[in-house]
Amino acid sequence: MTKKIGDQAGKMFEYFGSFLRKCIFSVLSVGPVPDHIAFIMDGNRRYAKKRNLLDGAGHRSGYLALMNMLKYCYELGVKYATIYAFSIDNFRRRPEEVQSTMQLILEKIEDLIKEESMVNQYGVRIYFLGSLKLLSKPVRLAAERAMVATSGNSKSVLSICLAYTSSDEILHAVQECCGEKWDEGSALESKGAGNGLVFLKGNENGKIKPSIVVKDLEKHMYAAVAPDPDIIIRTSGETRLSNFLLWQSANCLLYAPPILWPEIGLWHLIWAVLDFQRNFSYLKEKTKLS
Amino acid sequence: MLTMVSVRNFLSGSHSKLKFAFSPKILDLDLLNVIMVLHQIQSVILKYGNETQELLKWASRSGNLGLRVLWLILHFAVTICKVRYLAMVIDSEEAQELSKVFELLQWVADIGVKSVCLYDPEGVLKKNKEPITQRFSSANLSEEAAVNGRLVTRRNLTLEFVSFEDGKEAVAKAANYLFVKHYANGTKEKSDFTEPQMAEALGAIGSGGAEPDLLLIYGPTRCHLGFPAWRLRYTEIVHMGPLKSMSYGSLVKAIFKYTMVHQNYVTSSCGTSMMRKIDLTDAASIVCILLRMFFFDCRTKVKRYLLACMSN
Repeated sequence: MTKKIGDQAGKMFEYFGSFLRKCIFSVLSVGPVPDHIAFIMDGNRRYAKKRNLLDGAGHRSGYLALMNMLKYCYELGVKYATIYAFSIDNFRRRPEEVQSTMQLILEKIEDLIKEESMVNQYGVRIYFLGSLKLLSKPVRLAAERAMVATSGNSKSVLSICLAYTSSDEILHAVQECCGEKWDEGSALESKGAGNGLVFLKGNENGKIKPSIVVKDLEKHMYAAVAPDPDIIIRTSGETRLSNFLLWQSANCLLYAPPILWPEIGLWHLIWAVLDFQRNFSYLKEKTKLS
Repeated sequence: MLTMVSVRNFLSGSHSKLKFAFSPKILDLDLLNVIMVLHQIQSVILKYGNETQELLKWASRSGNLGLRVLWLILHFAVTICKVRYLAMVIDSEEAQELSKVFELLQWVADIGVKSVCLYDPEGVLKKNKEPITQRFSSANLSEEAAVNGRLVTRRNLTLEFVSFEDGKEAVAKAANYLFVKHYANGTKEKSDFTEPQMAEALGAIGSGGAEPDLLLIYGPTRCHLGFPAWRLRYTEIVHMGPLKSMSYGSLVKAIFKYTMVHQNYVTSSCGTSMMRKIDLTDAASIVCILLRMFFFDCRTKVKRYLLACMSN
């Protein structure tokens, strides 16, 4: 009986919270709403240490905070969200820590593709960005399954950066462009058009005509599935980007609240959006110039 | 002296006894008293001597502790200049006010930073490279000194000028460079490009350069405005506000805070590592602990010394 009353009270509280959020978001929506928000989820281990929790408990609390933040973003009307789940640099941590993090990631990917998850509730399509070949086979297969399972969703997009760094992304794009140009050149050669090798042997002046341009590189970036982010939020007060979306953050607002990731809440998102709205015209002008 | 006086007083007090009693028995008793007094004096001297010795030992230890605290403070003061390479992103409109840029660079030079990278998206600072470089180069410094007839001590800066085209477009040029280098022999190489190869390609096309330790943004928004992505991986980014409201204090604070920032150990592709820096709160707590130890120790020792004196 007490449990029923408790459940009902909980539900009522949730409805009230949801109603209050709708009111706040409807006011915020009068101004420009960011299209894409990226999150660097920093501070999970420090949170666990601060609260005297077991290893891995910080990451679990972080996952709950993430689900809430994504829910708020999609309710506000933010279509794209990107999260920095695991960097290539993180592979240098202790093997047991890497193993437990991978285990948690695997578990949470499985949760995401369940029918009743938030992902299906908000029509979210999931992409995994990064050098997935560096991941263990179970995690890689789970990631591929998640991408296939949510390929039918079209309302919103969630990009999960796994085994990702910006420098690796740029290198990958350069590699792909070079491979593409080579294939184009080889195809032209085989058709008998001698010009196909002009960008290999040089033209009459001895200078190589540049053929790879910025658009080609951007086409091959992992993060090409979404537009450039409008806001990057990094928690724990750190002011570095740590090799995250460096190419895409040219005209992006950087917001670094001093709280740890599991402590992030609705008010931090509201503050970031208000800051974005105040600087919207300036950032739009800079985007046009570039 | 005190003991001699007291002995003399004692003896003079008992002089009358010596005068009237030449009997051996009384003389013996007086001598016995003298010996007892001398013995007491000896024990007092020994006791105080021990205490004094301990006091001297404590003073020497505390002196060492005090020296250590001063050493720490000195090192904290010195670490303010530990930014090896500073980058400054300035909004292009604000960068047109060159006097402000000169003033800012002068402050940076005064703090002790040797190398600065100046970035603005539209290349306004690049176009004004000459006047800025002339102001802060050592070649012109010697000319000035000769003209004025006095030696003017002015720090000189190594300046680098970067704009938006040194970012994405430079990477595209580097991609072409790599393509020509690795595909020029007519066969497709199977190995993936590495970060050192990319860095070498960027250097070859004239857009190389070190990764700054700290990047200060002078503009209305906390946004790096397209600073070359390849050089921004682990750089600390601090928003300083508009250039027109810049202040020396906030610049010093930002640089000092950088030197105290706790940074996770990251090994870059070139094999160099970032130094672990002491957190500001850790450093402050270390100093507090040392000071507390010094004063607590001092208080305890003085207390013990006074108690020992009073009980005797």
